[in-house]
Amino acid sequence: MNEQSLWSIFVNAALVNNFVLAYFLGICPFLGVSAKIGTATRMGGAVMFVMLVSSVCAYGIHHLLIAIGAPFLELIAFIAVIASAVQLVEMFIKKMSPALFRALGIFLPLITTNCAILGLALFQTNKGYGFGQAIVYAFGAGAGFTLALILMAGIREKLEFADTPQVVRGTAIALIVAGILSLSFMGFAGLGA
Amino acid sequence: MKPVETTSPTDEFVKGLWRENPVFVQVLGMCPVLAVSNTAINALAMGLATTFVMCMSNTLVAVLRHAIPRQVRIATYILIIATFVTVVDYTIEAISLDLHRALGAFISLIVVNCLILGRAEAFASRHGAGIAMLDGLGMGAGFTLALVCLGGVRELLGSGSLFGVAVLPAGFEPWIVMILPGGGFFTLAAWLLLINYLKQRRQADAEPVREALQ
Repeated sequence: MNEQSLWSIFVNAALVNNFVLAYFLGICPFLGVSAKIGTATRMGGAVMFVMLVSSVCAYGIHHLLIAIGAPFLELIAFIAVIASAVQLVEMFIKKMSPALFRALGIFLPLITTNCAILGLALFQTNKGYGFGQAIVYAFGAGAGFTLALILMAGIREKLEFADTPQVVRGTAIALIVAGILSLSFMGFAGLGA
Repeated sequence: MKPVETTSPTDEFVKGLWRENPVFVQVLGMCPVLAVSNTAINALAMGLATTFVMCMSNTLVAVLRHAIPRQVRIATYILIIATFVTVVDYTIEAISLDLHRALGAFISLIVVNCLILGRAEAFASRHGAGIAMLDGLGMGAGFTLALVCLGGVRELLGSGSLFGVAVLPAGFEPWIVMILPGGGFFTLAAWLLLINYLKQRRQADAEPVREALQ
């Protein structure tokens, strides 16, 4: 059992080991959906919600599979549950708020292949977090993902007006910006330890 | 009949290496590319593991392509991929525990590599098993090539060695930043810049010829 305090888990997941900028998880939506601050915020919210749901599920699956002695099924079970959780969230949002459903569009089903979600499930299992710790970890990771996405979107909105050379336009400049962001996040190292 | 059969098997293999290189041209599967390319050995191992998974899942998807119902095809592909990833995960753990520890959760994360799912959906579900396997091999080789390009540069500048062997003189001051996460972003950006530059120069070269033809 891991003895880390809840506060330290949260700071660690959100800032020190930010999922996008330190672990490179969820780079696809990070580069794809970070053109506007509005979409970035909504995407971050959806991801955080799916993270919380799949974190709870992963905790249950891990203990169930250990109990029946089939840990090799873990990966397959995780991905199947995440896919169904995303499907469930999609149907729920469609029923409750059609406006939000239209706003999220294609991003919602794409969360299934967001490596940050599966990464979260695997990391929390590897670290041996308890139930409360797992939820705080998921919340921190989601918050960190949203923060990175919003920061990136803010910079890219400004960047549209900058006079960048022809060669660096597109992915290259986005990667350079991400690199600088990642370096600045290194400044959080040691916080909350 | 669609004109898909006009390409030769070698062409299916070679296209993944350069013309449609998954990392440098299509910019797919970024997470493992950036995360495990801090040394050339890790990069090579990751590339080989991904190639195996892509090759096997492409073949199986192509064999089963008439049996899989359209509505649940993505879920089926993911389950097929997850099965092969589990095989790779346990194999690497059996061969080298150190490597398994260095790659960590990123072996399991091959499941959500959008490149593999993309090839299953875009290629394997429409072609025969043999050609799908070649496509998987070619794309995997291109992916490995790109990973080693990245890992080589990062290891060389970040610790002055290549594949664990020190190659730069002892007086060389390692650039720590290249091993840190930021270095991954910078190195990939530099490779993309180089390729963009070469592409634009070739286009500029071709321009006068096209004008002369008109």
